Amino acid sequence: MRRAAKDRSAFSRRALLIGAGQGAVFVGIAARLYNLQITQHSKYALLAEQNSISERLVAPERGLITDRFGAILAGNQQHWRALFMQAMAPEPQTVLENFYKLVPLSDDEKARIAQDLKDRPGYIPVLLKDWLDWPDMAAIEVNTPNLPGIVVEAGSSRVYPLGPVAAHAVGYVGRPNQSEAKTDPVLALPGMRVGRTGAEDAQDSALRGTPGFVQTETNVHGEVVREVAHDNGTPGQTVTLALDAGLQQLAVQSLADNAGAVVMLDATTGEILALASTPSFDPSLFDRGVPTAVWNAWMADAKHPLQNKATSGLFAPGSTFKPTVALAAMKDGVLTADTRLTCPGFFKLGDHVFWCDNHTAHGTITVTQALTVSCDVFFYQVALMVGIDKIAAMGAKLGLGVDLGSDLPHVATGLVPTLDWARGRGIHWVQGSTVVQGIGQGYTQLTPLALATMIARIGAGAAVGPHITRRVGGVLQTGAAPGDWPALDIDDRHLAIVRQGLFDVVNNPQGTAYASRLQLPDVQMAGKTGTAQVHDNSAAEKQKNFNDMTMAWEQRPNALFVGFAPYDNPRYAIAVVIEHGNYGAQSAAPIAQAMMTYAIQNDPAGRDAPLTQPLQSPSPALPVNNT
Amino acid sequence: MILDDSLALRRPFRERSFGVVRKLGRVNWLFVLCVCLLAGVGYAALYSAAGGSAEPYAQSQIIRFCGMLVMMLGIAMVDIRLLAKLSWPAYGLGIALLLVVMLAGHTGLGAKRWIDLGPIEIQPSELMKLFLAMALADYFKRATPEQTGNPLYVLPMALAVLIPVGLILKEPNLGTAVITATIGATVMLGAGVRWWWFAIIVAIVAISAPVIYHHLHAYQKARIDIFLNPGADPLGAGYNIIQSKIALGSGGFFGQGYLHGTQNQLNFLPEKQTDFVFTIIAEEFGYLGSLAVLGLLFGIVALALHTALTCGHTYGRLLALGIGTNFFLYCFVNLSMVMGLIPVGGVPIPLISYGGSALTAVMLGFGVLQSIHVHRDVTFASPDDL
Repeated sequence: MRRAAKDRSAFSRRALLIGAGQGAVFVGIAARLYNLQITQHSKYALLAEQNSISERLVAPERGLITDRFGAILAGNQQHWRALFMQAMAPEPQTVLENFYKLVPLSDDEKARIAQDLKDRPGYIPVLLKDWLDWPDMAAIEVNTPNLPGIVVEAGSSRVYPLGPVAAHAVGYVGRPNQSEAKTDPVLALPGMRVGRTGAEDAQDSALRGTPGFVQTETNVHGEVVREVAHDNGTPGQTVTLALDAGLQQLAVQSLADNAGAVVMLDATTGEILALASTPSFDPSLFDRGVPTAVWNAWMADAKHPLQNKATSGLFAPGSTFKPTVALAAMKDGVLTADTRLTCPGFFKLGDHVFWCDNHTAHGTITVTQALTVSCDVFFYQVALMVGIDKIAAMGAKLGLGVDLGSDLPHVATGLVPTLDWARGRGIHWVQGSTVVQGIGQGYTQLTPLALATMIARIGAGAAVGPHITRRVGGVLQTGAAPGDWPALDIDDRHLAIVRQGLFDVVNNPQGTAYASRLQLPDVQMAGKTGTAQVHDNSAAEKQKNFNDMTMAWEQRPNALFVGFAPYDNPRYAIAVVIEHGNYGAQSAAPIAQAMMTYAIQNDPAGRDAPLTQPLQSPSPALPVNNT
Repeated sequence: MILDDSLALRRPFRERSFGVVRKLGRVNWLFVLCVCLLAGVGYAALYSAAGGSAEPYAQSQIIRFCGMLVMMLGIAMVDIRLLAKLSWPAYGLGIALLLVVMLAGHTGLGAKRWIDLGPIEIQPSELMKLFLAMALADYFKRATPEQTGNPLYVLPMALAVLIPVGLILKEPNLGTAVITATIGATVMLGAGVRWWWFAIIVAIVAISAPVIYHHLHAYQKARIDIFLNPGADPLGAGYNIIQSKIALGSGGFFGQGYLHGTQNQLNFLPEKQTDFVFTIIAEEFGYLGSLAVLGLLFGIVALALHTALTCGHTYGRLLALGIGTNFFLYCFVNLSMVMGLIPVGGVPIPLISYGGSALTAVMLGFGVLQSIHVHRDVTFASPDDL
């Protein structure tokens, strides 16, 4: 029994020792669990968060924007970018140095990256380099083991094949800002863009599409282990603009180095066939980020490249306003086709002398003749007879000083003053103010788009509204057919009288734009020149010719031309404004001539496919006179 | 013998025959409670692993457990002396089963470990651990200190350990082989074999580790490599360790909430219903839940040790030590594996993990353990007894 007891106590000793060892192991396990679950909890919680099957929305491909014939004006291009997830890198600095060895970056970029890395929590990726080229990609791919945390992913960016040519019409896109992203969560998706100007803005919702989703399983290194499900969503719809890329190109070419705008409309539908504003800019820069130097240059440029002069540039219409004054007077009954007024070269109102252009005495003339030679004195008198309120009412019928209902964003309404307006602004309206109103000076301010609408309405006799969208997702939009627009609420006989005057402006050798008549058989353009003073000339200057080339550029008058063609069956309407271009006949009318010639020959209006052969070739019978 | 006496729970019984009711009274019910609680934890975890559904794991596992519980209590009623007599036949059966597995086993997960036995699959290596402990306990139950100090006396038992260990290694199942060897060593240590002999063996193994490593299977080498550097292949075999640690770590103190563990619910954990089931508890119930489960597991180990310490006969003492150690090693290997402390090795956590084989083996062991506990005061009829 004693031996048994001894054995038993020996066993107990050993068993207890083993038990103590096992207990110690449990304590060790508990301690290790404490370390993992409590001490390192935040680290692993973060990893768990990233380590998930996530259903992530993906930005849909933005819709294309094409001209009426399908030429791409705004498209998408895939590019690759390198991102850095610093939480995934044990030694971020070393990884960055390795990366810089492979993909050299400027010191500015490096400083930007260092700042981003400092500002952002570790799990938010920082952009290292956008637009990776193939050598960059290959270098990163091969060196992946040395670059933990560096991810290469695809992004889509907006490209504009015509570049600056259609920049104002097509517009550009930008990243959604904070408040936009809040109102529409889809906009918070990386890669989403919002149209900022032009058609990109006008048709933003159609272009945007519906987001798709990707279900991915990612590992702790932020790498996608596998894609569980993929749905590309619905790409944005293709938006077909009414623009004709050929006309657009020609407009920009014709404007050359000038600051100016050209708007060409289908006079029967209001479709915008060309909408140019110069100088222009490269719209793709906004997607990639505008370099500071470029931005500063834009801001410093007196010709304001970012401003869409066609829709938001406000110009005194000058003599292009005279048809409106004439129509207002005829409607009022104070003017008829036979009314004759005398122009001695000046008009005296009280002590004030209003000069006719070049101080020319036009003699006793009718309204048609007054338009042809652009007599100011005739219209000073007509304006006084009819009064500004009736002029403004007629302007409104023609689309001047009112909302045009255009689908383009940022269209300025402009102004045709009324007495009410003057009272509201505390302006003491004097007769002299009405006098200058007769020649489109003074307070009147209009956009080239409004002027084009005005001449389209006068030409075609329909109350068309200017619009740039022809089809969305292939569906023809209302307004694309001439029947969609009501007739203009103006007496046809009055319109005929004015049209006759406008015909003579271009086709009568006495007309101010005779040099710019179309060199085509059987087709004539009608139009009106304008030369609008932008500078309050001194008395001494008034004695001289006020549009002297010796004046500083920014003091020279703006040159304008509005016109339509063909005269006998108006289909195209145009407005050209050249800032500080001196005479409208001299710089604006030739552009209209070139544009109209192209339009008549290629006849894009109403067509979805270009002509294979020009309709009209220049007539050899007519002498070419292009000066 | 009056009825009252026969029902007295505290009365030491050395009689050959006694009633089942009285035996049931002598079962360690605290131990049974711990076992049932762990099975409950297992049910909850498996319910969660299936994304909040009793199908396909929790339901069938709890039914299996109930069957095993009945079996355990049934075995507990069997006289320990009868079981002792079956020790060596059982050992022989174990070896035979291991050989069958080698020759005609069912290949599961790249390793031949299973035998299809009608409705239940059994893993002979699991049974072998119990049978080995029984055989060793039987061999050493009358050993004197002189005998246990004699290498020639101990050597046959060293062979009795090494044969099954070798067969299990051949399966191949490194984890179970190491556990089997450790159980053998523990029982022998409890029997009085000099501790420094084991120290020498451990030293020899440590020195020859590179050689052993060389002869390991590629996947075994990979496990060790990955253990040493889990980041080397984060998407391959190291994936499990990393995902498992994330699941544990993201649990925090209170956990992410039942059925709300992202790692679990989003299926990041492979085989989460088997080897990695503990991560579900840790992720969803946090450190608090982990500690509770650890407490229950250690409770079972401690109660087994208590049985060993209070048993009146050497056979029971040694076997209880072996069974307790087996359970302890299951827990240790599984938990260490889940926490990335030792290489991954296909060892489930008993009573919680889904699967019949480990449960069967463990419950079988617990039955024997309770038989020891119930029959702690019996005497082994033998001239040399005690």
